[in-house]
Amino acid sequence: MKKAKWVVPTIYIIFLMLPIYWLLNMSFKTTTEIINTYTLWPQEFTLDNYKKIFTDSTWYTGYLNSIYYVVMNTVISVAAALPAAYAFSRYKFLGDKHLFFWLLTNRMAPPAVFALPFFQFYSSVNLFDTHVAVALSHCLFNIPLAVWILEGFMSSVPKELDETAYVDGYSFWRFFFKIFIPTITAGIGITMFFCFMFSWVELLLAKTLTAVAAKPIAATMTRTASTSGYELGLLAAAGSLTIIPGAIVIYFVRNYIAKGFALGRV
Amino acid sequence: MNKTVNQKAWFFVIPVFVLVAFNAIIPLMTVVNYAFQETFGNNVFMWEGTRWFKQIMLSERFHASLGRQFLFTFIILFIQIPLGIAIALTMPKEGIGVPVCLVLMSMPLLIPWNVVGAMWNIFALPDIGFLGHSLNALGFDYNFTQQIGDAWFTTILMDVWHWTSLVVLLSYAGLRSIQPAYYQAAEIDGASRWAIFTKIELPKMKKVLTIAILLRFMDSFMIYTEPFVLTGGGPGNATAFLSIDLVKMALGQFDLGPAAAMSLIYFFIVLLVCWVFYTLMMRNEEKS
Repeated sequence: MKKAKWVVPTIYIIFLMLPIYWLLNMSFKTTTEIINTYTLWPQEFTLDNYKKIFTDSTWYTGYLNSIYYVVMNTVISVAAALPAAYAFSRYKFLGDKHLFFWLLTNRMAPPAVFALPFFQFYSSVNLFDTHVAVALSHCLFNIPLAVWILEGFMSSVPKELDETAYVDGYSFWRFFFKIFIPTITAGIGITMFFCFMFSWVELLLAKTLTAVAAKPIAATMTRTASTSGYELGLLAAAGSLTIIPGAIVIYFVRNYIAKGFALGRV
Repeated sequence: MNKTVNQKAWFFVIPVFVLVAFNAIIPLMTVVNYAFQETFGNNVFMWEGTRWFKQIMLSERFHASLGRQFLFTFIILFIQIPLGIAIALTMPKEGIGVPVCLVLMSMPLLIPWNVVGAMWNIFALPDIGFLGHSLNALGFDYNFTQQIGDAWFTTILMDVWHWTSLVVLLSYAGLRSIQPAYYQAAEIDGASRWAIFTKIELPKMKKVLTIAILLRFMDSFMIYTEPFVLTGGGPGNATAFLSIDLVKMALGQFDLGPAAAMSLIYFFIVLLVCWVFYTLMMRNEEKS
C-alpha cells in the first residue's frame, strides 16, 4: 500500500514532463533532422538554435522586454496592494465589500474583451508599445489578486500587534514599515510569485499593446512562427528558454507555495 | 476579526482604485460605446440601440461558440477536479518527495500560454510529435489539424496537462491543514478509507475546492492563447471558443458593434457565475 502510493504522482509527473522533454529534444535538433526523421533524442546534437537566440537581438531583447515589464508590474501591483489590503483587513468603510467584489470582477474579466479597447486607449494616451503600458494593463488582474492574497495574510495577523505599537509611540507609517511588513514577508513573497507568474504567462494583452520596442518574447515566437516559415528548432529553443525564469521562481518559493494555497487565496 | 469603522481607510485604497479603474472603467466604457452604436471610423457614431445585442443573441455563430465553450469548461472541470484530488491524496506528506512534487508539478503553470500551445503543437504533430506519432503507430488514425474529435481530444489533454496542478496544489494545501487528531479518531473508530475521504477530507477541502472550481471555471471560460496556437480554432470552427471567436470578430473582421455586444454578454455570463460562487464562498467563510 505504501509503495503503491508513489505510482499516481509518478505517472502524473511523467505525463507533465513528456511534452517539456519533447520541446527540449526538438530544440537540440537540426531543422533537417526535425523534418525528415522521427527520433526520440537528437541524433546530431546541436546548440545552433540557442546560439541564434543569444546572438540575434530581435530574440534576446524579447526576453529582456518580458522580464522588464513583468518586474515593473510586480512592483507596482504589490506596492499599491499593500495599503489597500491593510485597509480591507483592518477597517470597515463605506462600500468596502462592493469595492472588494468589484476588484475581483476584474480578475474575472476575459482579456479578449479588453484587447481592442486597451489598444485604442493606450494609443490615445501615447503609451502604445512601451513597457509601462503592458505593466499597467497587467495591473487589471494582478492588483485584485495581490489585494486578495495579501488581505488573507494580513487578517491572520492579530490586531493587538497594531495596538501595542501605537501604545509604544510608533507613528502609523513607522509601524507599517518597521513592524507590520516584516511580519508578513512570507505573504508578500507569495503575492510577488503570483503576480510574476500571471504577468509572465499572459500574452494576449502584452501582444496587443506592443509592436517593436516592447515586444515580449512570447510574441516574437508567434510572429516568427507565422512569418519566416516554420523553424521548429528555433521555436522549441525559444520556448525552452521561457521555462527557465518560472522554474527559478518556483524553486525559491517552493516552501511558501503550499502555505499560500492553504489560505485559499489565489 | 472585529474591524473598526474608519472612513479614512479609503485613502489607502485610492492607489488601487485609480490603477484598476484606469484599466477597467475607461476601456469598458469604450466597449459599451461600441455596443450601442454603429461607427464608420473618424469618430462618427450612430445610435443603434440594442440592435447588436439582438443580432448576437440570435446568431447561430454565437450559440455555437457558447455551446462549445460550456462543453469544454464542463469537460475539463469534470476531469481536472477529481484527478487533482486523487493526485493530492497520493502525494507524499513529508520528506524529499514534497518539494520535488511541488516544484515539478508547478512547472506547467509558469510556462507562457502560447509556449504551452506551441509545445503541444510540436508534441501532437502526427508525423514528428511524440503523441501523434505514438498514437498513429498504435493504429489510431490521429490528426488533430484535420479531425474534429482529435482536435478536441488534444485541446482537452493540453488543458488537463496545463491546469490540473493548480487543483492538486490547492487540494494538497487543504489536506495538509487537517489536524492528525481527526485521522487518529477515524482509525480508532475503524473507519474505511472511503469513509475517511467522504467524512473528513472532503468536507475539510470544501473551501479550497470551491476556489479551485471558481478559478478553473473563470480561466477555462476565457481560454484563448493555448487553443489559438494549438489549433487556431480549427479544424473549421470546431475549437473556436468564445474568446477566439470574439477576437476574430473584433480584430479580424473589425465588426466592432457586434463584437462589443458579444463582449458584454460574455463578461456578464462570467460575472453571473462567479458572483454565485463568491456569495457561496463568503457565506461559508462567515460560518466557519
